[in-house]
Parts: sequence; structure tokens; C-alpha cells
Amino acid sequence: MGRYILRRILYAIPIAFGVSVVCFSLVYIAPGDPLQTVMPPDATAETIAIVKHAYGFDKPLPIQFLIWLGRVLTGDFGMSIATRRPVIWEVSDALANTALLAMFAVPISFSIGYMMGAVAGSFAGSWIDRVVTGAAVVGVSLPNYWLGIVLVIFFAVQCMLLPATGMGPNGSTGFNLLHWSNTKFLVLPVVTLSMIPVGILARTTRAAVAEVRNQDFVQTLRAKGLSEWAVTRHVLKNSLPQVMAVMGLQFGYLLGGSILVETVFTWPGSGFLLSKAIINRDVPVLQGTILTLSLVFVATNLIVDLLQSLIDPRIRRA
Amino acid sequence: MTDYSSVIPAKAVIERGETSTAALDSRFREDDDVTNKMPEPLYEEEALPAMRVRGYWQSVFYRLRHDPVTLVFAAIVLMIILAAAFAPLLAPFDPYKENIVGRLKPFGWRDHPLGTDELGRDMLSRLLFGGRVSLLMGVIPVLIASVVGGKLGVLAGFVGGRTNTAIMRTVDVFYAFPSVLLAVAIAGAMGGGMANGMLALTLVFIPPMCRVAETATTQVRALDFIEAARASGARTMTIIRYHVLGNVLGPVFIYASSLVSVSILLASGLSFLGLGVRPPLPDWGLMLSTLRQSIYVVPFVCALPGLAIFITSICCNLVSDGLRAAMDVRM
Repeated sequence: MGRYILRRILYAIPIAFGVSVVCFSLVYIAPGDPLQTVMPPDATAETIAIVKHAYGFDKPLPIQFLIWLGRVLTGDFGMSIATRRPVIWEVSDALANTALLAMFAVPISFSIGYMMGAVAGSFAGSWIDRVVTGAAVVGVSLPNYWLGIVLVIFFAVQCMLLPATGMGPNGSTGFNLLHWSNTKFLVLPVVTLSMIPVGILARTTRAAVAEVRNQDFVQTLRAKGLSEWAVTRHVLKNSLPQVMAVMGLQFGYLLGGSILVETVFTWPGSGFLLSKAIINRDVPVLQGTILTLSLVFVATNLIVDLLQSLIDPRIRRA
Repeated sequence: MTDYSSVIPAKAVIERGETSTAALDSRFREDDDVTNKMPEPLYEEEALPAMRVRGYWQSVFYRLRHDPVTLVFAAIVLMIILAAAFAPLLAPFDPYKENIVGRLKPFGWRDHPLGTDELGRDMLSRLLFGGRVSLLMGVIPVLIASVVGGKLGVLAGFVGGRTNTAIMRTVDVFYAFPSVLLAVAIAGAMGGGMANGMLALTLVFIPPMCRVAETATTQVRALDFIEAARASGARTMTIIRYHVLGNVLGPVFIYASSLVSVSILLASGLSFLGLGVRPPLPDWGLMLSTLRQSIYVVPFVCALPGLAIFITSICCNLVSDGLRAAMDVRM
């Protein structure tokens, strides 16, 4: 077990390195000069040279990358061009707000999706299965940014029950989970965010459970005289590694891929920060946000892999 | 009793190249079934088609023909494609013609069956023309990614060794980004626009496509018939073309078909964020984004472009599911 953990962690390091290379090169795939935004339009050649030197852009790319990587490893992502605050502060504030959404969306969507899939898989071919499969396809096909708008139209514009956008009456400062006046801002974004993971999990769980039920050992369990409930428990346990892999991916998406939903609800999370950074062409923030989110994603996948091997020791040998 | 052996001569089976015992077994099984039912005169006419051993594609089409859900949704997808293709003929108005007086009007206002948008342009016409842009932005990245990713995957799987490691570890790096994030990052860094949006989506889809092709190729490569082909003197390219591709195209095609819906959603999402299609070109995602300001005025008109995205995406998903079941592809 110890060796497996070590090997898996060692394997994550080159991935994290590759991710940082991609993030670093984002600046260079941008058309034009990366310094365009900070340079005055009438800068002389001399000024340009000085600014280039100050930002380290006159060095060869690999050297620039190493310098950048060294700074990033010490937590220095540079300054935001738009707000003049350190990028690390911007990112950590935003990530905390996104985590708040995920804290509700993850348990809700995972439990609903898993239960739907488990029931559908256990009764594969029945009408329950068809209903769940249909609902899951709807969940997977919904453009969640549109769902957000429709929910706002219904609950905020027509019924005036819930706030349309934002994060509490005082903005994002002092969000209090215990007060309905604050919590009601969470309802629509969380529901919108949960929709896709529910659909994906229901589909995956259904497929995994239906597949495990067809394996020979299930027949053996029945032949042994186990009750249907006990058989179901065995089936669910055996389908868990597959389901967990997808849960890990979805957890990463809820943290990193919620940019569209956060934009719809102007929720000041990491996705919203990213879309602001793109509009302002704020490259340090863009780089910092994407690097942080992808590293969180890499870490999530690592943890899921380790958990999988705990549940199913066969994985360790592969 | 009729002599059934004349109905399916062993030659016919061999002609199809199915000389395996499985094919012969199934033939005998079907024979037994027939004997059990044994109804009278009409019998021969009715049962004849069922007794033939179906080839792979025949059984795929047979399964598709008996899958009404897939057929209905495929028809809807076809209608959406036709509506977009013939938009200039179908659209009642010029999708770019603005009308200052007739802005944000509800359904059925004057001659506008679906109302007008924030610049007074006819919604129905814009939705029809928007379908062209949205469908293109959804389908083209998947096509390019299937070709490029598929080739990379076959290369990695067939050559193996260091080439495989190099390609697949690079793919792993791109797997480490959530797909929305990667698309947004690339499109954002390159500064948006329709071409950049499509490029970003293509880059997002190449890694998973490569992985699908690599898995299929690796599985096939280890099988005996590849060895046999090589022993009989077939060149590498011939082996790849006839023996590997035949087994890889199925999974790649099914995976690509399942990506179409994802791609349409992501492409519209990019346009929604202002990173895809630029105004005044009509695109469902972009229309949704500009109309979002007006949900207090004409809420239902504002929901229309999203509804179009949703319907297209769900139909594509269901057709893809149906194809996967009919082609019996496992991934």
C-alpha cells in the first residue's frame, strides 16, 4: 500500500509540472505583446526595453519559465493588473466563495445522482430505469447557464421569492450561513450547479451497477441464499470504484468549471474572477486562477485514486 | 417436415466470412427455435428473414430500425440541421435588420411569431440563422479532434514503447484541466472570436479522443489475427488500415457522436462568455448572453436561444446513446 501511494504521488508530480508549463505558455499564445496592457501606447523603444527588462521578458523562454515557477512555488503569482492586489489574494478569496457553493452542491448532487443511478441500475429495464435514464439525459444536456437564467426568470422575476444574482445583501463580505437573508442567495446557484453532476452520476452509477449485477459472483451470492438486500449491498460496493472516479471528476468540475454559472449569478467565485480577468485581459490573474484550479483538480484525482485503491485492492496491482 | 438445411446452406455462411463456430452455433439455435414454433402454411415466408445469419452492419441497422426513440430524435436532429441549412429560405425577416421602435416585443407581435430582440431584430430569423453558427461551432471541433486525436491514438497504441509514453503522458497533462476551464483559458488567452473558440474546443477534445483510440488500438494489437496478418506478409500500413482501423473507428465514431452535444454546449457557453462568436453574428449562446439583460421585460423571449441549445443537445445525446446501443460499442 505504501509503495502504491508513493508511486501514485510521484506520478502526479510530472503532471503538475506539465500543467504549470501550459499555464505559463498561456501568456505567449495570446496575440500581440504580453506587455501591451501595461505599456503606454506612445512608449519609445527605450521605454519598451526597460519595461521588458523589469518584467524579465528579455530573457530566453526556459529561463523565464524557471523564474516564474520559482516564484509560484513560493506563493507569488504576481500582481493583478486590474486591481493591483497580489493575485494570490484574489484567487484565495474567490476560491473560498466557490468552495461555499461546492460545499452545498457536492453533497446534494452526489447523493441524488448516486441514488437515482443505483435504483435504476438495480431495476435495469424496468419503467423506473427508463424514467431515471430520461431524467439523467435531461440533466446532462441542460446548458446550465440557461437553466440559471430560467430559474431566475421563474423564481426571481415572476414569483419574486429568491434573489436573482449576487452573494448576500452586503456583497461577499461577512456571508452568514445561519441567516436566511444570506443563505437565500445560495439556493439558485446551488440548484443550477447540481444539475449536470446529478445527470452524469446517475448515468455512470446506473451503468456500473447494471454491469456488476451481470457478473457471475452475483449469481453465486443468490445461489448461496443471500437476501436480495444483501446482494444489492455487494453489488453497490463493487460498483463504487467506478462511481468514485466520476465523483472525483465532478468535484473538480464544481470547483473549476463553474465559470458559466458564476457568471450568470455574478457569484464572486473563481469562475467569475476568471471571466473578469479575461475581459480585463488581466494575464497574471488568468494564469494564477487556472493554475490553482488545475492543481486542485490534479490533487482531487490523486485522492480519488488512493481512495479507490483502499476500497478495491485489485487496483493497486494494476 | 420441411428440409431447413436448404434454407441456409453452409456456403452462405462461409461467403459472409463467418466460419467461426459461433456463427454456425447461432444458425443451429435459430433452426431449433423455428422447429419449436412450427406454425403452418404462412410459415416459410414469415420466418425466412429471421433465419439468415446477419452481418454486423445488418444487425446494427436492424437494431436501429426497431428503436423508435432513437429514430424520432434522429429525425428531430435532421430537422434542426435542415432548418439551419435552409435558414435564408425559411426566415421571415432579415436577421440583421434592426428596428428601434419594435425592440423586445413579446411572441406574436405584428408579424414576429417569436418576438424581437434588444435591437428589434426578428427572433425567429435570428434563431434559424443562429443554428448555422452554433451547429458549425459544435460539430467542426469534434470532426477535427476525431481525425487528429484518432490518428495520435492509433499511432501511440500501435507503435507502443516510447512513442506511446510520450503521446499519452502529454495527453494526461491536458486531462488535468477541467474541460470548461481549458476551453475558456485558451479562448480567453487568444482573445475570443469564432475561429479561436473552435480551436480551443478542438484542443480540448483531442486528448480524450486520443485516449479512446489508443485503448482500442492497444486491445486489437495484442490479438492473434494481427500476428497472422504480419506473418502472411502484410505491410504495417495495410495492417493498420484493414485490421486496426476497422476496430478503432467504431469507438471513435461513438465517442465523437457523444461529444457533439458537449461541444454545442461548450461552444455556446464560450459565446455566452463573449469568447466565441462576435456580434452581430447570430449565435444561440451569444443571443442568450445579450438578452440576459432583458429578462425583466420579455422573460420568455429571452429563454428561447437557451431552449434551442437544450433541444439540440438532448436530441444529439439521445441519438448518440441509440447509436452506441445499436453498434454495441463498449468503452
